[in-house]
Amino acid sequence: MSGDYLSLLLLFGVSIVNAIGMVVASHILNPRRDTPQKLMPYESGMIPLGTTRARFSVKFYMVAISFIVFDLETIFLIPWAVQMRELGWSAFLAMTMFVIVLAVGLLYEWKKGGLEWD
Amino acid sequence: MELDFSRQLHFFWALLPEIILCTFGMVVLVAGVSGKYKDADKAPSGDPSFGTTADLGWLSLIGVLIAAGANGWLYGVKEVGQDSMIALDHFRLFANWIFLLAAALTILISFAYVYRQRLQAGEFFALILFATAGAMFMAGARDLIVIFLGLEVMSIAVYALTAFNRRDRKSAEAGLKYFLLGAFATGFFLYGIALTYGATGSTNVAVIATSVSSGAATAGLLTIAIALLVIGFSFKVSAVPFHMWTPDVYEGAPAPVTAFMSATVKAAAFIAFARVFLVAFNDSYTTWFPILWWLAAITMVSANLIALVQTNVKRMLAYSSIAHGGYLLLALTAANPTATAGMLFYLLVYTLMNIGAFAIVISVAHQAEERQYIDDYTGFGWTNPALGVFLTIFLLSLAGFPGTGGFMGKIYLLQGAAESELWWLMVILVLTTVASYWYYLRVAWLMWMKNPTSDGQHDLVITPFPMRLALVVCVGLIVYTGIFPGAALEFARASVQGLGAFGGGIVGLAP
Repeated sequence: MSGDYLSLLLLFGVSIVNAIGMVVASHILNPRRDTPQKLMPYESGMIPLGTTRARFSVKFYMVAISFIVFDLETIFLIPWAVQMRELGWSAFLAMTMFVIVLAVGLLYEWKKGGLEWD
Repeated sequence: MELDFSRQLHFFWALLPEIILCTFGMVVLVAGVSGKYKDADKAPSGDPSFGTTADLGWLSLIGVLIAAGANGWLYGVKEVGQDSMIALDHFRLFANWIFLLAAALTILISFAYVYRQRLQAGEFFALILFATAGAMFMAGARDLIVIFLGLEVMSIAVYALTAFNRRDRKSAEAGLKYFLLGAFATGFFLYGIALTYGATGSTNVAVIATSVSSGAATAGLLTIAIALLVIGFSFKVSAVPFHMWTPDVYEGAPAPVTAFMSATVKAAAFIAFARVFLVAFNDSYTTWFPILWWLAAITMVSANLIALVQTNVKRMLAYSSIAHGGYLLLALTAANPTATAGMLFYLLVYTLMNIGAFAIVISVAHQAEERQYIDDYTGFGWTNPALGVFLTIFLLSLAGFPGTGGFMGKIYLLQGAAESELWWLMVILVLTTVASYWYYLRVAWLMWMKNPTSDGQHDLVITPFPMRLALVVCVGLIVYTGIFPGAALEFARASVQGLGAFGGGIVGLAP
């Protein structure tokens, strides 16, 4: 059994040594000429604006939470959809209940005003 | 009717009380944001007991009553075998009575609080119902995964309830603290489940028990798994040294939520604790016996000592609840049918007296979070005699005074411990109980033996009809179980039958 995974372990080992080696080697070998521009925080080539600890409106979190919920719904629905015929009616019933509960959640969010931006 | 769980529909029948609670929770949740209920919290009008916000509370109460009916119906249902994911034994059904009682009482005592604090009634009551359903899942689970699911359903609802009073800083702080520490403890619990699976090859309590007793389980892994599960459960039952969150959360959370939390969360954790350790790890008794012995001893001693110096009533009751957790851990350590029946009886009585005491704390605090200090109770008894007598009964019962349910509960715990010959723990229980008289009776003393510090100090104490109903139920049942404990105890004894093999027949172990 250990033989089966030895190659995998080797792959992990080589990639770790390779990754660390490249960083360390370039750190030792390269010439360092620091300029104020180079010492700036990297923000995709832009000149940084404002502080990092900017506050976001809570609306963004609402969208993010709704996204996660329905993203997870997809994760449950797709495997079931692929195997629907084999799993039969009991799985269909279970999925129906699951979707109903989610629909109630959506209804609640809608009525609460969670889907409105303003 | 017989359920064999090979047909999926049978799970539906076995989970009927939980499903009813969840359905009512969803209905209350959606109703709370529809029509005239949508903005009821912004400008409360009408009567707090029967007005707009109260409708949702009464609806939730109907849900709890129907779930209780379903729970009673389950007594007529038999299960085939003992290894399904959901247990249908009387142990679970007894636990369900405790949760449903706690939920009903909590709903009754929160009407005026929700009204005065302008909380969103729909969400509040729905979360109470969801948390109760989670507790019932936890108690009814015969599989570690289902226990975990129940734990999460219950905990997440309670985290939200703790932070529910969002205009109050303390409530938000308590919610965040509880959430972070709870998530951390859940990690331990989950890791314990994973290692149990690694050691025994199953997450099913019955299969784990077979694996442990036949010696097929990996001993080293199993020991670590047991230790991690003890940590996970100890956090939920707030045993010392995993109790740090309890005083802050109990103090910061809205008072009805504190009442609910101290009863339901603790009871659910103890029931699941008992099922996992007395059934699944029954043959590892020698491994976990010393851990629980020390946890029980440390919890009883330190919680009672710290409670002596508290000045805030909610904090005092928080330490008192930790101390009661210590008494209940004694029953788990004893691990025999008498002690387990005593634990069920004690949990029932504890639910009644704790929710009752918190109900009066809410009244004294003007249905808010205002007057929580012990000094605010001076002369309370003479200005509000009925409430004063009730609070005195609750405090005496918490202290374990003869004639109250709390006394009988402690007697049964001691009886169970005596059967396992845990003499030292029994001595600690008696001594710490004597110490606890000081902090319980100090409140009673201030109430009856001192004059109010100012005129009209207790004028604003409000006790609406639903709260009076809850108080009468609590006092009635506490006095009844204190004087005629036979029926409740027989019921608890019968509920423990068939739970597990118990203790492996080891008596007189020293930690």
